[in-house]
Amino acid sequence: MATRQTLVRYGLKPTVFVLCLLPLLRQGWLAYTGNLGANPIGELTNETGVWSLRLLLVTLAITPLRRLTGWGWLVSARRMLGLYAFAYGMLHLAVYWGLNQYFDLSLIAGDLKRPYIFAGYLALLFMVLLAATSTDAMVRRLGRRWQKLHRLVYAVAILGVLHYLLLVKIDFLPPLGYGAALAALLGWRLWAWQIAPRWGVLLRRGEPVTPTRLAGHR
Amino acid sequence: MYIGKPSDIKPSEITDRKVYQQRRRFLGVAGVSAAGLAAAAALPGLLSASRGVHAQARLAAAYQSPFNTKEALTPYKDVTTYNNFYEFGVGKSDPAELAASLKPHPWTVTVDGACASPGAYHLEDFIKPHALGDYVYRHRCVEAWSMVIPWVGFPLAEVIKRARPTGAAKFVQFTTLLDPKMFPGQRFPVLDWPYTEGLRMDEALHPLTLLAVGLYGEVLPNQNGAPLRLVVPWKYGFKSIKSIVRISFVEQQPITTWMRAVPSRYGFYSNVNPDVDTVPWSQRYERRIGNLFKQKTLMFNGYGAQVAHLYAGMNLAKDY
Ligand code: HEM
Repeated sequence: MATRQTLVRYGLKPTVFVLCLLPLLRQGWLAYTGNLGANPIGELTNETGVWSLRLLLVTLAITPLRRLTGWGWLVSARRMLGLYAFAYGMLHLAVYWGLNQYFDLSLIAGDLKRPYIFAGYLALLFMVLLAATSTDAMVRRLGRRWQKLHRLVYAVAILGVLHYLLLVKIDFLPPLGYGAALAALLGWRLWAWQIAPRWGVLLRRGEPVTPTRLAGHR
Repeated sequence: MYIGKPSDIKPSEITDRKVYQQRRRFLGVAGVSAAGLAAAAALPGLLSASRGVHAQARLAAAYQSPFNTKEALTPYKDVTTYNNFYEFGVGKSDPAELAASLKPHPWTVTVDGACASPGAYHLEDFIKPHALGDYVYRHRCVEAWSMVIPWVGFPLAEVIKRARPTGAAKFVQFTTLLDPKMFPGQRFPVLDWPYTEGLRMDEALHPLTLLAVGLYGEVLPNQNGAPLRLVVPWKYGFKSIKSIVRISFVEQQPITTWMRAVPSRYGFYSNVNPDVDTVPWSQRYERRIGNLFKQKTLMFNGYGAQVAHLYAGMNLAKDY
């Protein structure tokens, strides 16, 4: 019987890798066949942005899912999901710099005053820090500080939703939908890590869930 | 003039810009002034026959507007598949996909308010007195994209003169049909339905201001605001209200749908203005649909020579 390690290495990780690549392949195919619609650059901008946000939320769903289902192996996909969110964010930025502003520095700088653009940069800057410290070596080197640093992912997600809310014309439903999903993911943590332990509520496994117990998992 | 049944026309013929432009030139030379009348008389039958992207019935125009731009036309496919028409949904492709639910025939247009000759007209009667013309205008969306669209229509001024507004008529208010069965987007409170728009009387009487019944020499597709829409080319696209059922002469400046929705962003005038941002966007540049590179946006969308005098002495940063 295959060990958990081989299942993760040859099953879970390649699957997640390919799944996360699909939106990019799809956009590439649509661009190649000229099927991105009347405003292909706008389409590429929005799709890369929205996939960055979606993958960020999937990344944040791993811990609650793991706790609720007891499927501990889910955590092995977390780093890859986070890095994909970062990759789509970088693609988003590349499309914006190259195809929306044509690398015109005065345009790029002039846009910084817009709150939605500023929130986007801040989110991506934080993601650079997270991606740069995502290696095993960095986890070991930073020790407890690594956990603290990587709480920035909550700020990234909040800024991502804020960015979306600030850029829509009138249809607030999609950004509010992502905002509600984020609120649920963060609310679960608040409950499981702050409120439940204090109330002495025991989760299914019969032990209180604490941040230290949850974090150390890689 | 009714040129042929929709099924007689090969799609290639309809979408080919060269063929279309040749035909326009020919018609301009022929100068059949009765063509507009004939087209209007034929409208009801054609409207109900029309379905699908390339199945619109042909319309022929009797004259060319002196304001026509020579810029390259935006392809028919883009003009009819990339639309903001929230009555069908907020997505750009929703209007084209859901357009069949709109039945633009029979259709009644009501003219009322401060005027000596109010009335409610069947669409065909409403159009009949007017010769149709070709109007090739730039169209600038507040979302910083633009198109060049060959409309078929007639000046709003002709309708206003027919209605004989009284001295109390300072503004003209327009209203879109309210019918959630025909407009599935109206089931959601994205905007305060029905959509309304307004113009100052001098703007409404301006010869650039158009009531359109067609585009690309065809009856207006549903997703573009069938059967009757406004076109005000020096203002952002949302001013050009679609699927009109009411034209009212009023004394007070109307509160338009977008003013009500986001007053800090959308004002009554909404003139295209590269120097005034529409939060969250800059309006300095626009992407002409079909072009890779953006281009500078022109004041009044390039119609300043015609309309700038309407706003003399006004602070357009304040009266946005
Ligand atoms: C690096 C800085 C960023 C810049 C300069 C930027 C810029 C933009 C621009 C120009 C748009 C299109 C707005 C429009 O259509 O008018 C956009 C859309 C979007 N961006 Fe960003 N963005 C940044 C970072 C991010 C990040 C980090 C995320 C996700 C966490 C993100 C998520 C989105 C989403 C969800 C949309 C809207 C997509 C839609 O409307 O369907 N952006 N962004």
